[in-house]
Amino acid sequence: MSNVLSLTTFIPLIAAAILAVFLRGEDEFAQRAAKWVALVATVLTFLVSIAILVQFDPADPGFQMVEEAAWLLDIKYKMGVDGISILFVLLTTFMMPLTIAASWGVKTRVKEYMIAFLVLETLMLGVFMALDLVLFYLFFEAGLIPMFLIIGIWGGKERIYASFKFFLYTFLGSVLMLVAMVAMYADAGTTDIPALMRHQFASETFPLLGVQIVGGMQTLLFLAFFASFAVKMPMWPVHTWLPDAHVQAPTAGSVVLAAILLKMGGYGFLRFSLPMFPVGADVLAPLVLWMSAIAIVYTSLVALAQEDMKKLIAYSSVAHMGYVTMGIFAANQQGIDGAIFQMISHGFVSGALFLCVGVIYDRMHTREIDAYGGLVNRMPAYALIFMLFTMANVGLPGTSGFVGEFLTLMGVFQVNTWVALVATSGVILSAAYALWLYRRVVMGELLRESLKSITDMGGRERAIFAPLVVMTILLGVYPSLVTDIIGPSVEALITNYDTAVAEAGASTQHAATSH
Amino acid sequence: MIQSDLNIMLPEIILALYAILGLLGAVYTGRDKVAGMLVWLTAALMVALAFYISSLSGDRTAFDGMIIDDGFAQFAKITILLSAAAVLVMSQDYMARRGLLKFEFPMLVALAAVGMMVMVSAGDLMALYMGLELQSLALYVVAALRRDSVKSTEAGLKYFVLGSLSSGLLLYGASLVYGYTGTTSFSGIIAAAEGQAPIGLLLGLVFVLSGMAFKISAVPFHMWTPDVYEGAPTPVTAFFATAPKMAAMALFARVVFDAFGGIVQDWQQIVALLSVLSMFLGGIAAIGQTDIKRLMAYSSIAHMGYALMGLAAGTTLGVQSMLIYMAIYVTMNIGTFAFILSMQRDGQPVTDITGLNMYSRANPARALSMLILLFSLAGVPPFLGFFGKFYVLRAAYDGGLAWLAVAGVIASVIGAFYYLRIVFYMYFGEESEPLDRPQSPILWGFLVASAGVMVVGIVFLFGIESVAQAAAVTLVE
Repeated sequence: MSNVLSLTTFIPLIAAAILAVFLRGEDEFAQRAAKWVALVATVLTFLVSIAILVQFDPADPGFQMVEEAAWLLDIKYKMGVDGISILFVLLTTFMMPLTIAASWGVKTRVKEYMIAFLVLETLMLGVFMALDLVLFYLFFEAGLIPMFLIIGIWGGKERIYASFKFFLYTFLGSVLMLVAMVAMYADAGTTDIPALMRHQFASETFPLLGVQIVGGMQTLLFLAFFASFAVKMPMWPVHTWLPDAHVQAPTAGSVVLAAILLKMGGYGFLRFSLPMFPVGADVLAPLVLWMSAIAIVYTSLVALAQEDMKKLIAYSSVAHMGYVTMGIFAANQQGIDGAIFQMISHGFVSGALFLCVGVIYDRMHTREIDAYGGLVNRMPAYALIFMLFTMANVGLPGTSGFVGEFLTLMGVFQVNTWVALVATSGVILSAAYALWLYRRVVMGELLRESLKSITDMGGRERAIFAPLVVMTILLGVYPSLVTDIIGPSVEALITNYDTAVAEAGASTQHAATSH
Repeated sequence: MIQSDLNIMLPEIILALYAILGLLGAVYTGRDKVAGMLVWLTAALMVALAFYISSLSGDRTAFDGMIIDDGFAQFAKITILLSAAAVLVMSQDYMARRGLLKFEFPMLVALAAVGMMVMVSAGDLMALYMGLELQSLALYVVAALRRDSVKSTEAGLKYFVLGSLSSGLLLYGASLVYGYTGTTSFSGIIAAAEGQAPIGLLLGLVFVLSGMAFKISAVPFHMWTPDVYEGAPTPVTAFFATAPKMAAMALFARVVFDAFGGIVQDWQQIVALLSVLSMFLGGIAAIGQTDIKRLMAYSSIAHMGYALMGLAAGTTLGVQSMLIYMAIYVTMNIGTFAFILSMQRDGQPVTDITGLNMYSRANPARALSMLILLFSLAGVPPFLGFFGKFYVLRAAYDGGLAWLAVAGVIASVIGAFYYLRIVFYMYFGEESEPLDRPQSPILWGFLVASAGVMVVGIVFLFGIESVAQAAAVTLVE
């Protein structure tokens, strides 16, 4: 199978087209058929993506299974995976069947719902596999459309506001990236990502509107990409769209958003910002590190004050993404390994936490923390699973959450001790809000009348959580499962980064002495 | 000699003769009874002429350079003829239902098309003015086609008064240009205006550009657009939004490159300013609109801003990107107006966007097609509209106008808001009195075809990339 990547990417789209063309009506049968088609398609996608993993050679740091075809201009249709992207591909294909299964209770416009999610899966997979700048942008931006519809059509009370904010905020972030891409195309004469990684963009300082731009063109390009990825990530202070979007999105939408869409930002940093603009990244790294540290502490404190479960978890996501950006811009092996690990782990854990909220929301139709309490009395299985993911969110050793946090902190400690110190306090804060949430929702006496008849999780719900539980514990006790795959690619990335920064440093020194 | 000259103008002559004979024939036979047939006949003739033009090749000039028939003119003419034909076919049903299907309508559209073809072929200020006026006079009349409606006649009158003003500006500019160069032919002007241009010539250039900016409704010469779009019958609005825009934009390119190609830096800043103002005003002013026709007016203003961005680059790449942008723009607008034409309740046309509440529930396929068109208009990938924007951004950046590219993408975010608002009504709105179930299969066909082009086109752009490039090369070099 030489085109296994395209196959994986487009199976969901084909399934969506089948649903759109052949399925008619809104009756019971049509709804059931739509759900089954979506489930089968996503499972099939997952199985095919396993083939990618099997064929993948972890020792090779370059791009593998590359597919290439001519397109417009000099733009090519080019797909490929390396150690950095392959795990995101698998994370996506792994999470999608679970989100579809978690949407079994959807009643309105089921066909459109499933189509939106299937299209979204294709676009997300495309983002992680695209090896051409324009192709990447196409997938990256197009993902806004189905997500906009998912929040807007199936969301909660404030869905209109949330969907518009989501769309316009992220759209504004990424259009600057588009201009930067045009500039890169003009400079390098190609939009091929591997070629751009080898291309050296100018890094000589020059004045712009009276300001000396240190790192020159690279810094400007870096900033343009940063605007896009920081919003997507999201980083403090441009995170405000996320809590709104999360709270208003339907459960499955929140899961996809937290587990996969947020990772596009981190992936973008690793695919573009570090390898293509090393000097720019080096210039701005201290700023990003401090922004991350502030994000970790500030959003953890905000999370403590939340009354809405989804909002609390959303803020906790922002804090966890802070560890990711911190690790990436520490730019050493531990930091980046940790950042990727944290993203994968966060995909499972935050996805599972949103599913946990979904379980009780389906029963009580409220996300108010105060509306619950003492659930352990009626829902022991739920209490156990929620406990596990709460602990993983806190970063308890033995769960996947610990490894990522520890590695990123270790990475950043070598670069900037103060940032590491501030960020570490976030670990305590995260324990505070997560455990407090757990105590208020699950522990204590079951006092509320409305909760007296609540039922524990059914077979379908348990089946959804099972794979997530397995992955969270497996990665917690056996982290080299991940680090072995990403290791060589990350190492190559860091070597190139260090060389480029050192060369630029040498040339500026040279310029200074020759003056 | 004269025969070969006439041969070059053959398509224009055929269409003009057809229009005159058609008018005479209709007056002496069935009058409005034959109007339906004339619509189809005119559309068929236009398509045939488009095919004939597409078989031509090479640069030819007629009447001592008064008329230029090159790849650029051919590209523009084909787009004009095909879009005019499409609008005619689309409008037939709508016009007939409302008793507006008069035999003058297809004939006036044909005459306007002749004017446009002369415009894009103009190689001389006289030919330019002749084409422009022929087009404009025909358009003034069709804007006021609904004689018993105050809004329609108001639209026609406004268009006429402001259009005359712009013609006056253009003529004044032309006289200055003539005064300072001693010639009206573009080849003469370009020879005279090389390097440092005299101040009087620059003044003439500014007036000529202002006059043309009226025709493409670039800010600050856009004031007529929303009122005329709103007041004119919807099929006429659809016509205004497509063929004349292509013609005026091509004329603009023709003048700045063929006549003033030697002083690019002098007009570049003017065009860049027109571009940035149009993009922002088109985006911001559309936010408050609730009438979909007014909204499309502001949308077209913003789109002209993007097309001008390509021109502002002042390069072959810029002209190529402008042509691609305009071709995509025209295609999107045909689909969008096919949708607007099908909006009615109890047989009456509806133009308020709140009327679209929950449209997607009653007509999922149409709503999806419109969704694709709206996102394409907003320039959101993966649809074709994004590629249009990508081309002009690239041209602007390559032309050293990075600031314009940045301004353009920021304006596109503002613009995205009002397109999203229509999506909002169609998909998230509240249940309300639904629109009639659309009947016309023609409109349905155009809507779906246009949306399909937006999706399928991204694979290969239907080959217009290389055609537009060849056309741009003939213009610039």
